[in-house]
Amino acid sequence: MSRPAHFNATARLLHWGMAAMVLGMLFVGVAMVSSMTLRPMLLSLHRPLGVAILLLAVVRLANRLRHPPPPLPADLPRIQAIAAHVSHWLLYALLFAMPLVGWAMVSAAGNPVVLWPGATLPAIAPQDPAIYSLLRGAHTWLARVLFALVLLHVAAALFHAWVRRDGVFEAMARGAPPVPDRTR
Amino acid sequence: MPEPESQPPTTPPSAPPPPQPPRRASARLLAIAAVIGALALAFAWTAGWLSPQRLTPARLTDAIEGTSPEPFPGFRRAHAKGVCVAGYFEGRTEAAALSKARVLAPVRSPLLGRMSIGGGSPYGLDAQARVRSMALLLRGDDGQEWRMAMNSFPFFAVRSIEAFHAQALAGAPDPATGKPDPARLAAFAQAHPESKAFAEWARSAPWSDSFANTQYNGIHAFRFEDADGGSRMVRWSMRTQTPFVELTPAQRESADPDYLETELQARLAEGPLRWDMVVTIAGPGDDSRDPSTPWPDERDQVVVGTVVIERAEPQATGACRDTNFDPTVVPPGVSLSDDPILAARAAVYAQSFDRRQRERALGLAPRPASAPARENAP
Repeated sequence: MSRPAHFNATARLLHWGMAAMVLGMLFVGVAMVSSMTLRPMLLSLHRPLGVAILLLAVVRLANRLRHPPPPLPADLPRIQAIAAHVSHWLLYALLFAMPLVGWAMVSAAGNPVVLWPGATLPAIAPQDPAIYSLLRGAHTWLARVLFALVLLHVAAALFHAWVRRDGVFEAMARGAPPVPDRTR
Repeated sequence: MPEPESQPPTTPPSAPPPPQPPRRASARLLAIAAVIGALALAFAWTAGWLSPQRLTPARLTDAIEGTSPEPFPGFRRAHAKGVCVAGYFEGRTEAAALSKARVLAPVRSPLLGRMSIGGGSPYGLDAQARVRSMALLLRGDDGQEWRMAMNSFPFFAVRSIEAFHAQALAGAPDPATGKPDPARLAAFAQAHPESKAFAEWARSAPWSDSFANTQYNGIHAFRFEDADGGSRMVRWSMRTQTPFVELTPAQRESADPDYLETELQARLAEGPLRWDMVVTIAGPGDDSRDPSTPWPDERDQVVVGTVVIERAEPQATGACRDTNFDPTVVPPGVSLSDDPILAARAAVYAQSFDRRQRERALGLAPRPASAPARENAP
């Protein structure tokens, strides 16, 4: 299968949309547990946004499997290429894990998983102190890992854009240049 | 997208990179480090890691823990001693004009609850606790939950979270005496004159002899929304149907440590206990943000339903143990007011819940069988 030089439009839309959502979620998450008064308001953002990210992650994975991403530059050092692959699959794994762990955690606390007034998701874990505590800790630590990965990802993207200038950043930043119209 | 100014404007994206002078490359690496550093700093600031003086739910919970003479792992940080109860709530037709919440509809909704006494010790003396409380979890026939946390005091002691924090710090026992330092308590009272009304209530309010004949007040304002789109600010109380009998000072001194729980069990053996849910509707000028100031007595009141408690069981093994009675869990038809102390409850209850469930998971909490005095129950 031939590999295009750019991500397709669906991939780019999902990438930039979810980038804003995930970064927003990480900040909402830490603000939620450190604010004295914003918790109820931020929680009402956090849950629907988390479920939206989970749904979009499904669409994104399907799109990625159907439309392979552009290859990395051939001259990229092997260690950087490995790091790129590993970090991307870790990011994908966390896009699924964070919402699912959060949903299960709220379930294990015995709290209703309210998305918005009147819309409640079913519990996906039994109410239990041990299960709750494990998931609560996991939600915090996976969030920190996710934030570190996001920083690494941004650093690598800017390194490609500003230092290597090898087209990797542009592959996600914009579409392929228009094909010249030969019928005219 | 940021474009470094030195980039040749005509370079197509896929063209091979022009060789970079090393000085320019290091400037670009610095720019990348600045972007990453700014993001990391913003994150750390949001999390409160850069501002140790900022009051956070964790720090307020620490202060509440500090009012207890010793830690009690696995128990609630406040109102640690209590008993689980169960029964039902039955709404009234009059409620529909105020709120479309299904719990208030004239049907029976299952109820799980907890009656407790104020204080951080799970072994506190029931009869000497000035503050009693009722927490409820109600589930409407639409599946939506309504959780409430109510207290026997008619208004909150302070009107800000910072003042509550100061009150907790002032109430911490002095290591030398094991009791709060009177000088610090006096300094707090002087700095927070609004707390005098609470002190006066604590001194003069009559002591009833049971959880059953005590009134429990929601304290905070909420917004009730009806099916026609109308809404109003309200507060509510659970007004007991059980006649008042005084608990005399002599009885308070001599009562069994678990007096209230034992007494509740004895009453429930005779039959269910009832409270009317009385909703007070805010008038002009009534402040929804200040739980330390009661609204005037002449405000309209509507009885919207009845709490019926049928059974009780020890909290060590009861269903209420692992429940966070967070009063910001409300169903459609009820929404939160802008009362900062109501919002802070959600934050601090979550901290308390996380801590005690973790202690339970780690096996630090006493096992149910070792909880004292259960054998004395009838």
